[in-house]
Amino acid sequence: MSDTTTAASIPEEAPKISNISEAIIRIAGNSQDGIQAIGGFLARLAGRSEQEVMTFMTIPSTISGGPSIFQVRIGSGEVLSAGDEADVLLAFYQHSYEGHINSLKKGGIVLFDADHIEPNPEWQSQYHHVAIPISSLTIEAIGGTAKDKGKNIFSLGLIARMFDLNIPKLEKLIHERFGGKDESIEKNALLAFHAGYGFSVGNLIETFRFKDSSKKDGHQVVMNGNEALALGLIAAGVRFGAGYPITPWSDIMEALRRELPKYGGSFIQCEDEIASVSMAIGAGYAGRVAVTGSSGPGIALKTEAIGWAGMAEVPLVVVNIQRGGPSTGMPTNIEQSDLNISCYGGHGDSPRVVIAPSNVEDCFYSAIEAVNVARKYNTPVFILSDQAIATRIEAFTEPNLEKVCQDISPDLSTVADHKPYDLSTPDGTVKRVVPGTRILSGKYPIATGLEHDELGHPTGSPKLHMQMTAKRRKKFQSLAATLPTPKIHGPAEGDVLLVGWGSTEGPICEAVDRARAAGQSVSSINIRHISPLPPGLEDIFSRFRHVFVVEINDEGIYGIGGQLATLLRSRFCNPAIRGINKTDGLTWKVKEILTRVNERLAESDLKSAALA
Amino acid sequence: MSSSTSEIPVPSGTLAAVNPAADAERKGLTKKEIAADHPTWCPGCGDFSVLALYFKLIEKRKLWHEKITTIAGIGCSSRFPYFVQAHGAHYIHGRALSFASGVSLSRPDLHLFVFGGDGDAFSIGGNHFSHTARKNIKMTYVVMDNWVYGLTKKQTSPTSPLGFKSKTDQWGAVDYPINPMKQAIAAGASFVARTTHTNPNHVLQMMEAAMDHDGFGFIECLSECVEFYEGAFDASNPRKGGSFKEVPKDHDVTDELAAYKLAGEEFPGYFGVFYKNIKPTKNAKEAGIVKNLQEKYKGLQDWQILQKTFDRMK
Ligand SMILES: Cc1ncc(C[n+]2csc(CCOP(=O)(O)OP(=O)(O)O)c2C)c(N)n1
Ligand code: SF4
Ligand SMILES: [Mg+2]
Repeated sequence: MSDTTTAASIPEEAPKISNISEAIIRIAGNSQDGIQAIGGFLARLAGRSEQEVMTFMTIPSTISGGPSIFQVRIGSGEVLSAGDEADVLLAFYQHSYEGHINSLKKGGIVLFDADHIEPNPEWQSQYHHVAIPISSLTIEAIGGTAKDKGKNIFSLGLIARMFDLNIPKLEKLIHERFGGKDESIEKNALLAFHAGYGFSVGNLIETFRFKDSSKKDGHQVVMNGNEALALGLIAAGVRFGAGYPITPWSDIMEALRRELPKYGGSFIQCEDEIASVSMAIGAGYAGRVAVTGSSGPGIALKTEAIGWAGMAEVPLVVVNIQRGGPSTGMPTNIEQSDLNISCYGGHGDSPRVVIAPSNVEDCFYSAIEAVNVARKYNTPVFILSDQAIATRIEAFTEPNLEKVCQDISPDLSTVADHKPYDLSTPDGTVKRVVPGTRILSGKYPIATGLEHDELGHPTGSPKLHMQMTAKRRKKFQSLAATLPTPKIHGPAEGDVLLVGWGSTEGPICEAVDRARAAGQSVSSINIRHISPLPPGLEDIFSRFRHVFVVEINDEGIYGIGGQLATLLRSRFCNPAIRGINKTDGLTWKVKEILTRVNERLAESDLKSAALA
Repeated sequence: MSSSTSEIPVPSGTLAAVNPAADAERKGLTKKEIAADHPTWCPGCGDFSVLALYFKLIEKRKLWHEKITTIAGIGCSSRFPYFVQAHGAHYIHGRALSFASGVSLSRPDLHLFVFGGDGDAFSIGGNHFSHTARKNIKMTYVVMDNWVYGLTKKQTSPTSPLGFKSKTDQWGAVDYPINPMKQAIAAGASFVARTTHTNPNHVLQMMEAAMDHDGFGFIECLSECVEFYEGAFDASNPRKGGSFKEVPKDHDVTDELAAYKLAGEEFPGYFGVFYKNIKPTKNAKEAGIVKNLQEKYKGLQDWQILQKTFDRMK
């Protein structure tokens, strides 16, 4: 909690009140305790108060039980990451207490369930401990039957008291969440909430009040990355999709299954990933740009079909929510190790577009961009997200839906003639004519995976294979020319440029801010367009002594760096480009990035000293 | 729920420009107008007859170029779409049914025909066959069964009989073959028929019946590979001394067990419709879900429906 100032003249007994600009609260328990729900309430409340918010959670991949955490960072200013160290830890069990005390900053506050936790005397001197019999007080409040239920809402009340949160707004949120047929559910939730809120104030060491938000730019919406992606696809006009369940992709298919029929569309659960990608391609062929998606192993299964879409030039959107790999890997952890399969997965020369959103809001807009690129260039487009963005909740400015939403229904107007693989267009793109369209010349197109002539009929001609390969390549070159050069965070030249992609943008920017505050010459960029790469990168790279590509993946057999680093190296032949990598399945902490950068710099100083 | 797939409205917003009045004045297509590339099949290949009868069907039923969509996987038989002058797609090996399902579910206005071989259908595509059948997705599927892998030049196929000598079973096939009819019935296909390329009238009759069936219509059509399995079906061809036995007149096509029994008959077995069951298609069920949900959002534009979702996320 930064900017702590103590308010004056508080009556005896009452805890002191401090004004703060941000707070990081970590809640640790088991997955069935409804920890995600507390986090969700706090995030939503922050969104409604025009505060910035970012959350981080881990959920076990087992079905029920298992340790689970939710961390929420609420700020009156800009929030870039979920935060390295918590100000407050709320622990439900001994394992939650012991496992997460390290994530608390020294002098931070631990609220612990005294019914389950025996505090450690050594830690008691380092952190403020507040013992609260959460379990028994909850049972007392709502009755004996509700063994584990309600503890979360009781705790929400505690936090509300501690941070002087807006009670009517929270009550409204509880009503929205629990209000329904069974009135007793909402009643019990409110009882638990007020029991927590009313818990003897004197026991809390201090309470806090958020400063007014600096952000006043209209209404905010609060959601996680997967929700934003699903809604972005709907806004883009996608009305058909197909998939097979796998974590962390499944929530997108569940959301689309539920939502699409409202718009006249449908989402089909298939027997496997090959069938799903094939169905989506079939719908795209028939004129309805469709989506499929998966994570890890499921993406591997789709690759042959994606190659067909590249060859046949049929639009397709593939959502790839990365998780730890290879194989079944670490299903509920983050890793950025599917860049290669997204860019190159498949046989033959078959480029595709890869867009990597860097935050929740970006998921929404990336979905729309992906659909439009797929339509214009008749190509598969990957939206390369990851487990961290998929599950974290953020608040962002509500989009103007009337403006953003688009209708991409097929046009079946009769045409005089049609060549699906016309070689004469300057950028290689052709407006597709779909089944149901009458073609007056009487010559109808075949979509095909065999090398073909301009009408789609098979050919073994070396000349046509060369021309068609070049035509397919040209589309990506002309797309590349339209892409924006990434903005530099920090000055445009200096010692170190950090390059990131996807969900690591926040912690990287925060690392830059801290390094600069400490007098170091560090800037950063985030690359959203992974394939094709945008113009202007070479120039940016040339203005820094070191270019460190920060990724959550392995440094590779040759130790050059991770998957993006390798791609940039081969593209720019610039030996200043090197990787900073890790494979622990966790998001980057700001401190971790800084330490690794400084280690790197020390190494290279030693080297140049040795050479001198 | 819409009772028939053909009554499902094309999703709103589609800019349909084919004028029905003009359609009525259009003459049916001639064979010349329907034929595209000259088939690349070996002379004498059974697939030629299947293609000729597809043309007949289009002529006879006055289907328009633009309304026909022909889809196939990979194999000799799967080259089919290139030879038809209509919208078509030549997809990947074994996945034609999944691709076609995407077309069917998003475009109920099209006549959708899928052609392929026994390897495409029952080996690499086996899983998709079962699931497309059980979901009862509207389309017509003709498997041109030659008991061998033709395109890749004589390997054992899932329908090759025991003892068939192929390049991958030099001493004769040892794996028990699949019975396509049993497979289809067990998977829940709602129309299951069997025919052979040597009886053109019968092929046409089966194609028409399958096309008119509202659901997943499956036909196993014996189609001889003269190159790699010559004479495989002689026993079903009266001109070669075999016998062509039609499904008994008193067979009840809605009786699943009776159909299964017919399917178990030793080669050459029976020809005709083994099984037919009218049940709502997946197309109709999905349209039903859409109708129910859209009722609640009547009069709202898409962005307004989405706005309601966003309003809940504040
Ligand atoms: C993924 C994949 N595996 C293998 C092949 C090679 N292949 C092409 S067709 C075929 C078998 C064709 O047999 P069938 O489906 O019976 O068709 P037929 O040629 O007999 O008509 C095989 C194995 C391929 N194209 N794709
Ligand atoms: S190899 Fe057999 S199936 Fe293929 S075209 Fe020749 S005869 Fe027909
Ligand atoms: Mg075959």
